[in-house]
Amino acid sequence: MTIFAACAALLMGLGLFGLITNPQPLRKIVAFNILGSGVFLLFGIVARRGAAAGVGADPVPQALVITGIVVAFAATAMAVALLLRLFADRGDTRLDHESAAGTESARDDCRPP
Amino acid sequence: MTDAASQSVLPVLGIMLPATGMLLMLLVGGRYVEWLALILLPAGLAVAAAIFAAVWREGHTLIYVVGGWQPPLGIALRADGLSAAMMLVTAVIICATGLFAGPQFSQPRGRPERRAPLVFWTLLLAIWAALNAVVVGADLFNLYVALELLTFAAVPLVALTGGTETIEAALRYLLFALLGSVSYLIGTVLLFAAYGTLDIALLSARVRPEPISWIAASLMTIGLIAKTALFPLHLWLPPAHAGAPAPGSAVLSALVVKGSFFLIVRLWFDAMPGLLNLAAAQLLAGLGAAAILLGSILALRQSRLKLLIAYSTVAQVGYLFLIFPLAGAASEPASSIAWTGGWLQLFSHAFAKAAMFMAAGLIAEALGHDRIAELGGIARRLPISTLAFALAGLSLMGVPPSGGFVAKWLLLLASVMQGQWWWAAVILLGGVLAGAYVLIVVGKALAPAGAAAAPTAPVSRRREVVALTVALGAVLLGLVPLQPSELLQIGRLDVHALAAR
Repeated sequence: MTIFAACAALLMGLGLFGLITNPQPLRKIVAFNILGSGVFLLFGIVARRGAAAGVGADPVPQALVITGIVVAFAATAMAVALLLRLFADRGDTRLDHESAAGTESARDDCRPP
Repeated sequence: MTDAASQSVLPVLGIMLPATGMLLMLLVGGRYVEWLALILLPAGLAVAAAIFAAVWREGHTLIYVVGGWQPPLGIALRADGLSAAMMLVTAVIICATGLFAGPQFSQPRGRPERRAPLVFWTLLLAIWAALNAVVVGADLFNLYVALELLTFAAVPLVALTGGTETIEAALRYLLFALLGSVSYLIGTVLLFAAYGTLDIALLSARVRPEPISWIAASLMTIGLIAKTALFPLHLWLPPAHAGAPAPGSAVLSALVVKGSFFLIVRLWFDAMPGLLNLAAAQLLAGLGAAAILLGSILALRQSRLKLLIAYSTVAQVGYLFLIFPLAGAASEPASSIAWTGGWLQLFSHAFAKAAMFMAAGLIAEALGHDRIAELGGIARRLPISTLAFALAGLSLMGVPPSGGFVAKWLLLLASVMQGQWWWAAVILLGGVLAGAYVLIVVGKALAPAGAAAAPTAPVSRRREVVALTVALGAVLLGLVPLQPSELLQIGRLDVHALAAR
């Protein structure tokens, strides 16, 4: 159990580090999935800890983790779709940090009805 | 939650109606989407009004226990006074946005079918369903799912026009949101590990101020702050909100960021009332104060109208966080005054910001750009839109009579009553800065057109009137009596009794 907990902590640490420090969106997405795996492992450990007499593991965290995995999968799919579209449009996937605080970056919203 | 509550099917109807409508839209496809929206929007408004009326009349919480399974085994939906008010404001703004967006996202007969209308209406209903789920959810994991639905509906709305910048903005928004959601999820699992339940009412009785609850609360708050775009996690907001089409910006700025703010309040005031101490409250409000000042100053420096409005959202969201030190302290009646003031700020900002984005969208449509320096003469061409912008601006500044005035006055009163004068200084300075950035725009709009003024495109009068009506809504909120509202207290836990326990 302690080994699993250490593993979960390690995965979460790695994922969080990658998510914050990596400038590339694809790597951020991968890091998010590593971080997510750590959290799901944590759910598993909580389920095992909550084991009662006759039951191998507490079913509630197991039910939660399935929902969590579905949500993480959907999020990853959406992020990858956006990334692919960005790459198709521009040929690179850098997230320009100048435009984050920029003044002239976002597109004019002037589409006629 | 502690007082009387009645069983009602209304809360679940509030979620299911837009959710079912969204699926039906996907089923019927492009041509009939608008007609479906025409039926669904009033129906959803009626449900929200019914919930509001029921909570108002009966004076207690409405509960729906899903599948008849009582918590902690099952999941409950609770509509207290706050949820009812949030649902009503959400419904009104969504319906106004629908009216405003009608001509922009319609499918003219005899022309090739476009994808944008179908996507827009589906996302609008998805956002509605998710927001209703956020306000009536009574279980932290259920709220996590609702929050994710909200994000997944909001992100594509940013990228709806399909420009490269908007896709980049959407991707950045999504990455911030993912960090936020996973952080919230870690907090949830820690709380479950420690206390064995995620039901808010049960948690409020069980949570003790100990390290694990502190870590869980901090992680969840950080996650939610990233989604609310509180300083310093606000970087994604301006490009995302400025890049979306005008009706999308209106919903994103007016409602979507408020969904995650609502959860922060649920967390600190309802789920863990014993945990909100002076340091945590002052830290949250300190970030809010930094957001007010920084957001306003950055708004002043923008050269494009939609970005100015987006930075103003960063600033106005900051005010909401003043609720933590002012309403969390055990000093009646000041804390009730701050509680009402904070929520009124949320509601009036929702109306004002929706109106502002709608007006800005129309101005951009007429001119073909939204550069503030070249707005000259627009007040003559689009008097109704300019008036809508100015009225909404009055509410942001906090000029009476407007909802923003009452909200800021109540917050000011509470901070002076509690001797926390530094928040009063921030509120006043924020008002002055808001005045400056609104007046810059209005002044340019009122200036005579330059010699090189481009011809303007015609703009639908109906859409202008919708923008003006929403702005008038922000002003009318100023007629709310200047006193703590009883409705917003319905179903609240007695925070101070718990803290003393």
